Amino acid sequence: MKAIRFLIASAFGAILALPAATAQAQTVQINGAGATFPYPIYSKWFSEYNKLHPDIEINYQSIGSGGGIRQLTNQTVFFGATDGPMTSDQQFAAPGPILHLPTVLGAVVPIYNIPGVDTQLKFSGKVLADVIMGKVTKWNDAAIAGLNPGVKLPATDITVAHRSDGSGTTYIFVDYLSKVSPDFKKTVGVATSVNWPVGVGGKGNEGVAGLVKQTPGSIGYVELVYATQNKIDYGSVQNLNGEFVSATLEGVTAAASAAAMAMPKDFRVSITNAPGAGVYPISSFTWILLYEHPGDKKRSKIMVDFMKWALTEGQKYATDLGYAPLPAQVVTLEMEALKRISI
Amino acid sequence: MSLTARRKFLSGLVVVLCGAAVAVALVPLFFIFAYVLQKGFSSLNWDFFTKMPKPVGESGGGMANAMLGTLYLIGIASVLAIPVGVIAGVYLSEYGKKPFASLVRFTADVLNGVPSIVIGIFAYGLAVLPVKHFSALAGGLALGFMMVPIITRTTEELLNLVPGSLREGSLALGATRARAAFSVMVPAALPGIMTGILVALARIAGETAPLLFTAFNNRFFSARLDQPISSLPVQIYTYAVAPYDDWHRQAWAGALVLVGFVFIFSVLARVVTRRLERMHRT
Amino acid sequence: MKTPSFRKSADDRGFRLGTGLFAFLVVLLVAGIFWELYRTSHLSIEKFGFRFWTGKIWDPVSGEFGALPFIWGTLYSSLLAMLISTPIALGIAIFLSELSPKVLRTPLAFLTELLAAIPSIVYGLWGVFVLVPIVRQLQVHTPEWMRKIPLFSGPPLGVGMLAAALILAVMVIPFTSSVAREVLKAVPSTQREAAYALGATRWEAILAALRFGRTGIIGAIILGFGRAVGETMAVTMVIGNNPQVSASLFKPQYTMAAVIANEFTEAADDLYLSALIEIGLVLFVITLVINGLSRLLIWSVTRQIKVKAPRALAPTLPAAPEAAA
Repeated sequence: MKAIRFLIASAFGAILALPAATAQAQTVQINGAGATFPYPIYSKWFSEYNKLHPDIEINYQSIGSGGGIRQLTNQTVFFGATDGPMTSDQQFAAPGPILHLPTVLGAVVPIYNIPGVDTQLKFSGKVLADVIMGKVTKWNDAAIAGLNPGVKLPATDITVAHRSDGSGTTYIFVDYLSKVSPDFKKTVGVATSVNWPVGVGGKGNEGVAGLVKQTPGSIGYVELVYATQNKIDYGSVQNLNGEFVSATLEGVTAAASAAAMAMPKDFRVSITNAPGAGVYPISSFTWILLYEHPGDKKRSKIMVDFMKWALTEGQKYATDLGYAPLPAQVVTLEMEALKRISI
Repeated sequence: MSLTARRKFLSGLVVVLCGAAVAVALVPLFFIFAYVLQKGFSSLNWDFFTKMPKPVGESGGGMANAMLGTLYLIGIASVLAIPVGVIAGVYLSEYGKKPFASLVRFTADVLNGVPSIVIGIFAYGLAVLPVKHFSALAGGLALGFMMVPIITRTTEELLNLVPGSLREGSLALGATRARAAFSVMVPAALPGIMTGILVALARIAGETAPLLFTAFNNRFFSARLDQPISSLPVQIYTYAVAPYDDWHRQAWAGALVLVGFVFIFSVLARVVTRRLERMHRT
Repeated sequence: MKTPSFRKSADDRGFRLGTGLFAFLVVLLVAGIFWELYRTSHLSIEKFGFRFWTGKIWDPVSGEFGALPFIWGTLYSSLLAMLISTPIALGIAIFLSELSPKVLRTPLAFLTELLAAIPSIVYGLWGVFVLVPIVRQLQVHTPEWMRKIPLFSGPPLGVGMLAAALILAVMVIPFTSSVAREVLKAVPSTQREAAYALGATRWEAILAALRFGRTGIIGAIILGFGRAVGETMAVTMVIGNNPQVSASLFKPQYTMAAVIANEFTEAADDLYLSALIEIGLVLFVITLVINGLSRLLIWSVTRQIKVKAPRALAPTLPAAPEAAA
């Protein structure tokens, strides 16, 4: 009995003494939250940056772009991340002006799981929109078969997997679909969180990837790296020029080239369905959001330094992880914009 | 069949059915335990217990920060909940017949049944929104709120089991009621109370929902009250819904650790109970 | 000079007030939760009023929030869970309190308690990787004619109402059974003895005990229902997260707790957040009513009777929480 009492007492003692025992050296922690789209590269960046500066811990939680915007507005995190630019309403609701800073370029791909089909399927914008709206319900529908002659498509029902959380990836995807299908624009619209006509919800890019991976006959949409890392099939999409392009870094970079020439001052630009040869039509910038005049100057300086690193050194990690680095003109403009942040 | 034979048959049938019910309930238990053991064990290694999570694409890494985070959070919860729970339990056992005591008892039982996510919303409004950041304190608060009713009721029940003669004896010797309660009765019931606390700790250590928007999550280890902190259940959840196989394996390993923790505490509680029963029987 | 008795009664008053204050904190906590939830959701309450409970559309984009799909999903999944789990839980309770040999009693009771101690997230993990594929296979092999019935319509996803109901059932069994056991223990042995004296079989004697404690048993069942209603993590991982009202077992649906867990951190504007909190308020009130009711029913049996046998010395499950993860 005594022994057990002693054990219990020491366990309690250990638990309560833990905070004191682990008192740390002066590390600075900065919390950020937002998009799952760039999570692979952000987690790499923050880990590498921590290796370079062991006293700086940047804690990024991928909860979806909607979450990032919300938490930033509430100021429960220091920076946000999104692939769907903030609307004017959202910007108005924030307690101060927020800068959108592009970090990398990425592609959203239509992933699918059709047992027995191993050639890459071709999708036109309109057909993709119809599938997502639930108007095309079987894989062997004439609309899909017409684009993919020679591929034996089964009569399986199509299950649409979409995001259950507020997502920039959703934004990019529905932005593209609304441009190619007026019907889609009317029925679903463009936002980080939409009223999906059909389908199952997954949380984060991870959730949708997981759903599609495990559900035969399903179709979904994720950032390119989630498809390649998990070996999930994805289709090629028809661009404005009529070519069927599979998502590659060249295709994404091509999509950004026109926008890079005419980048708006606040960096909020959509590059979906961009004109040009070899362009991958569902491409997008992804942004980190920072307040221009935050109260915490120390953290502000750290983030600005980090951004400078990310825009130069950090870009070299992009291609390995399936993201396209930013065009040089954009980086120059951003370095200028960073000066607006008070440190 | 005669009436008697029919009745006997029915009785036998019921015995069989009830036994079957027990078997049916235990099947998922074994299934789950076996699965967690099998899947989790292979992923348990020294790294798991000592390293932080690695970025996506790099294998290895561990859940050291999550495990420490859970210990830290239940520590905070204990500091908040144990005093409140024990003292409230003392009140209930000393003044148990009063109508106010019945109200407290009723509310404690009701609080027990409040979904943990609702408690999370409450802690969010109380401790996150006003200070504008997620924190270990908010998470510990949420968990503490959940511990209070358990500890209160356990303390009350155990104090009631201590023979009243102990209290009367100390009062007769001139002690104040406070003295009698805290210096005599509570120490007498202490093993049982500690068991109750252990059970409560095992419960809240596995809670995920209330931490989702209070303690949030943290890729690094932080032992600060005012910063987000990682925790084992939240980390398991984050890894489980991701599509990376490596993360899935780590999620199972984390689940094994969690289940092991709960198992040990339950066994400990049982052992203490048995000792108590033997002591009181003599 | 203050007499010892005067000082003592002052001390005692202090003691009573001091400990009473802490006890009051418990009441304050519950009241505080209600007040806080009400306060932060009033934006949504004002805007939607009663429509909130009957509205089927949950559209954050247009700002239209109706909670019916979640209320439906919660009640339906919990009801199904109770249908599956109650017979099993009662069977266990009867077995453990009446039928089992003494030797088996403690280990079996311990094992069922372990089932209750497994954290919800572990159930969720098991649900996603083991249960859902099994349910998916079940769905794939459902004959076409069955699929035509609305009850079984829906794509073979695995995730959906059935998976959620099954996992909830497994989680609820130990609670219902342990409370039912407490109730049965509280039934005086004279009831059973009288039945045996009249020539009853084992089952008939048990029936007599059940009849005596029926309000308590009903309370146990309702308590289990309350547990199922509040369950969050395991459900959100297997239910499909689709806000639709459907009687189908196979279609993905959504519960109140699940939508709060999924969307809370990203409710992008005040109305959205307040709508989610209002769902939390609805959930709180429902569980309050369920728990209050079941406690009263259980107490009517366990407190009325002076039990001869000493009550369990260990914190048993009724004292342990049923609040779900």
